Amino acid sequence: MTEAIATTPGLFPLPDWAKEELADLKGHQKGDLISGSESGEVVEVYERARSEVIERQQAAGLDRIVEGQLRWDDMLAHPLAVHDSVETRGIVRYYDNNNFYREPVVAGDLGYDGDVAAELDAAAGVDQAVLPGPYSLSELATDDHYGDEAAFLDAVAGFLAGEADALPDVETLFLLEPSLVTDPPGDDEDRRASAAIDRVAGAVEADVVVHTYWGAIPEKPYAHLMDADVDAVGFDFVSDHETNIYNIQEYGTKDAIGLGVVDGQNTLVETPDEIAERVEWVRENVPAQEFETIYATPNTGLFFLPVNKFEAKLEALAAAAEEVSA
Amino acid sequence: MTDGRERFRPPDHDNDHFLMTTVVGSYPKPKWLNRAKDLAEDDDHDFDDDQLEEALDDAARLITDEHVRAGLDVVVDGEMRRNEMVEYFAHRIDGYEFNGRVKVWGHNYFDKPSVVEAVSYGEEWLVDEYEFTAGVTDRPIKVPITGPYTLASWSFNEHYDDDEGLAYELADLVNEEIGRLVDAGATYIQIDEPALATTPDDHAIVGECLDRIVDDVPEHVRVGLHVCYGDYFRIYPEILEYPVDEFDLELCNGQYEQLDVFTEHDFTADLALGVVDAHTAEVESVEQIVENIKRGFEVVPPERLTVSPDCGLKLLPREVAYGKMENMVQAARQVEAELDAGEVDVGFARD
Repeated sequence: MTEAIATTPGLFPLPDWAKEELADLKGHQKGDLISGSESGEVVEVYERARSEVIERQQAAGLDRIVEGQLRWDDMLAHPLAVHDSVETRGIVRYYDNNNFYREPVVAGDLGYDGDVAAELDAAAGVDQAVLPGPYSLSELATDDHYGDEAAFLDAVAGFLAGEADALPDVETLFLLEPSLVTDPPGDDEDRRASAAIDRVAGAVEADVVVHTYWGAIPEKPYAHLMDADVDAVGFDFVSDHETNIYNIQEYGTKDAIGLGVVDGQNTLVETPDEIAERVEWVRENVPAQEFETIYATPNTGLFFLPVNKFEAKLEALAAAAEEVSA
Repeated sequence: MTDGRERFRPPDHDNDHFLMTTVVGSYPKPKWLNRAKDLAEDDDHDFDDDQLEEALDDAARLITDEHVRAGLDVVVDGEMRRNEMVEYFAHRIDGYEFNGRVKVWGHNYFDKPSVVEAVSYGEEWLVDEYEFTAGVTDRPIKVPITGPYTLASWSFNEHYDDDEGLAYELADLVNEEIGRLVDAGATYIQIDEPALATTPDDHAIVGECLDRIVDDVPEHVRVGLHVCYGDYFRIYPEILEYPVDEFDLELCNGQYEQLDVFTEHDFTADLALGVVDAHTAEVESVEQIVENIKRGFEVVPPERLTVSPDCGLKLLPREVAYGKMENMVQAARQVEAELDAGEVDVGFARD
C-alpha cells in the first residue's frame, strides 16, 4: 500500500504585499539583504508573510507544511550568508537562472548558528524542514579558510548536521541537492558527497528526502548516493524523466521516493490529472518496486513563480495526491 | 551591410580620425517622470493618460538633448518610454500575459510575462519613439531593441514546445519591426541579447535569430549586437558568423580581463567597446577613459572602433550617468587628436 504525500521543496515567493513592504524597509542593494539580525519591523513583516503561506498550504490540502524560506534572500546559500564566519561579496548568478545571490566566502570556522531552527521555532504548524544539502551548499560557497575541497565539504556537512540537530520536531526534512545534477561530483568526491549527506541525515529523527533537480544525477554519483542512509531520493521528472527513470531502473532507489512532477519554473498550471499521470508513469516504469511513500512535489523551489500561479500549483498538487492515493 | 561609419561623423568634427561615440541605450529617468507615472496609475487622481504622454514626450526630449549636450555622435532618447527591457515589448506583442512579479535578486523583482498563445505583432513597438527622437535632434539616432532570444529566455513559455521555437517566432516579429523603423528612416539598429551571456551554449540559436532579423533589411542599415556580463570565450569566435556590423561588448567592468579572447582570432566586425562601467557610481576620469579606449586598438583599428559605456546607464544617479558620457566623449576626441598626430602606439593603431 503506497502513501502519496503532497509536499514542496519550499523556497516560496513572498506575497506581493510583503515584496513591497520589505523592499521599502530593507532596500534594494546587496548590503540590504538579510543578515540574521533584522529589525523588529522586518521580523514582523516576515511573521505575517509566514502565517499567510502556512495557511495557504493548509487550505490547499498539502500533506506536509513548510515554513516557506521567505527570508532566504540568497536562496540555498542562506544558511551560510547569515553566518558570522562568512563574508558576503558580490552578486553572482544562481545556477543557470536569471537570479543572483551574494557570494558567501567562508573566512572562519563554521560553528553552530541556529538561524534555520529559530525560523522554524517561530512557525506554528510546520511539519517539514528544508535545508540545502551539504554538497550544493559547498558548491555555492567559496572557501577562504579550510584550504581544500574535501575539508570544506566536511566542514559544511558538520555545520548542517548541527543546524539539523537543532531543528524542532518535524515529520520530514528535505535536503536540496541540485548541484549533484548541475555540477556533479567527480571521482572520490561522489563518495564524499554521499557521506556528507549521510552525516546531515543522521542528525535528525525525521524522514529525510534528498531532492535533486535541473536534470538527473550521472550514474556514478547516483550509485554512491544510494549508500547514504536517507529515506528517499527526489527526482526531477519535469526536466529529465528519461535519465531519472533509467537511474532508478538500473540502480534501484529507496523504499520511499520523491517525484518532482510539477514545473516550479513555468506558469502553465498542470491539472491534477496530469500530475497524477506523471506519478503513475513512474510507478508503471518501476514495476518491480512498490513504494511505501511517494512524495509528490514540484521539481524546484517555487519563488520563480508569480504568486497566483504558485497558489494554483499547490492546489493542483494536493488534489493530484488525493487521486493517486485513492 | 554597412556603407560606412563616415555618415555618422558630425559635420563640425575637428579631427581627421573619427571614433564614433554612442551609448547602449537606457538612461536614468527624471524623478518627476516616475512621479507622473504613479499619478497616472492612481485612480483617485485626475492626472490622465494624455498628460502622461506629454510627460513622456518631455522626458524623451530632455534626455535626447542631454545626450547631445554630452557630445555623443549617435544618440538615443534614454528609453524613457520603456519601463523594462522585456516587459515593454511583451506588453505590445499579442500572445503574452502578465501574472505578477518574480524575484531576480534580493528585493528586486520583474513582472516576468508568460507566452500563453502564438505570438504576433500586436501594438506598434518603437516607430513613434524613433520618429519623436528624430524630430527633436539632428544627430544620428540608434534604436536599441531587445533581442528575441532574450525575450524568449526571460519569459515563461506556456505555448511553444521549446524556447528555441519561441525565439524564432519572436525574431520574425523583430524583423517586421525593423522594416517599419527603416521605412520611418532609422539607419542604426542595436539588438540587445544579454541572455546569451547566461546560456552561451545557445549561440547557434542566437545566430539563427539574427539571420531572421536581418532578412530583407537594406544594406545601408547598420546592425549591432549588444552582449554583456558573460564568459566571452564560450561564444567567440563563433559569433563572428553573425550577420551584424558591430559587436557592442561590456569589458570595462572586468578591467579588460577578457580582451585577450578577442585577439586570438581576427575580429572581423566593428567593435563597440565598453569604456566606462555602468555599475559603479564614480565617474571615470578622462585620462582613465583614454587608456580604456586605447585597449580597443588591441582588437581593431581606429576606423572600426566605436566608443560606448559597458551597458545601459539607467541604474546610475543621473548626474553620474551624464558625467560618464561627457568624459567619454572628451576622451574619444583626445584619442582622435593623438591618432592624428601619430602618437598612439598600441596594436592596430600603430601604423
